Amino acid sequence: MHELSLSRAILDAALARAEGRSVVAVDVTVGALRQVVPSSLSFYFEIVSSGTACEGARLRAHLAPARLRCACGHEWELREPAFRCPRCHGGEVAVLSGEELTVDSIEVEEEPCTAAR
Amino acid sequence: MHRSKVRVATGVLDANDTIAQANRADFDRAGVRVVNLMSAPGAGKTALLERVLMDGLGDVRVGVLEGDVQGSLDAERLSALHVPVTQLNTDPGFGGECHLDANMVRSALGAIALDEIDLLVIENVGNLVCPAEFRVGEDRRAMISSVTEGEDKPLKYPLMFRACELVVVNKIDLLPHLDFSLERFLANLDQVNPGVEHMLLSARTGEGVDAFARWLADIA
Repeated sequence: MHELSLSRAILDAALARAEGRSVVAVDVTVGALRQVVPSSLSFYFEIVSSGTACEGARLRAHLAPARLRCACGHEWELREPAFRCPRCHGGEVAVLSGEELTVDSIEVEEEPCTAAR
Repeated sequence: MHRSKVRVATGVLDANDTIAQANRADFDRAGVRVVNLMSAPGAGKTALLERVLMDGLGDVRVGVLEGDVQGSLDAERLSALHVPVTQLNTDPGFGGECHLDANMVRSALGAIALDEIDLLVIENVGNLVCPAEFRVGEDRRAMISSVTEGEDKPLKYPLMFRACELVVVNKIDLLPHLDFSLERFLANLDQVNPGVEHMLLSARTGEGVDAFARWLADIA
């Protein structure tokens, strides 16, 4: 249920850039290696954004696949939590993507809204 | 009226991480090293700390920040060992947060006598999911997985098993009574976090606990 805390953090980041404009959508990227459930995030976001410039805004979660690169040069997309290289079985593996958890952008109405922050 | 897109490009956890860095700076200034101890509920965080603190860590003065959703049962257990314990509840009234975050720890800083300790162990809220996401200003992260939880846990909670530098396998005194395969657990752990340090122990019998005590003492 840390999605509640995360949705509050997303709200804060969105409001900081809204500058009084009404927000209609918030785009976030959630890496596949995060234990974050996008539908929970949307659900909590609806609750915490109530009464703010983000009220009614859609939270659009974009999933970033988990991609790894081994020291041997092999690159692959992770489908299950097996972090050893499938080619050389080495454990020196870098995560190229999948750990993202970012608010990328917001979509705003250019006419200022009257809702309080 | 038209719509436009505004770039935000902010990490969701940036605000938390900034506060965690401030905590870390305060700990550094006081010369205190910090361990974030995490596990599922009932894995034996408090029992292990009790066992370790009973014998002490030599010259290292230890304090505990006890994170719980509610109550001070664990803090009372540890206070009996004459260790400075600070209770931190995450319950704002109707059910608290399932993890500690940097701001909660920051709010407790004033209550911890940092000049009287060398090592602060933060006992996180029992939970295998959420605490892994939130840095609190620690130097090291350790987690406890007890054999009663089953050997598949690294595969089910990879984030937690990857978020720590030490995995403590607790309750090994129960192995003869369980279907738990230590070999399979360690193979699962190695798949999820290749090469991560681990130790086997029983907080109840004390077997293997000295290794954990040394690990703690080496941080301070």
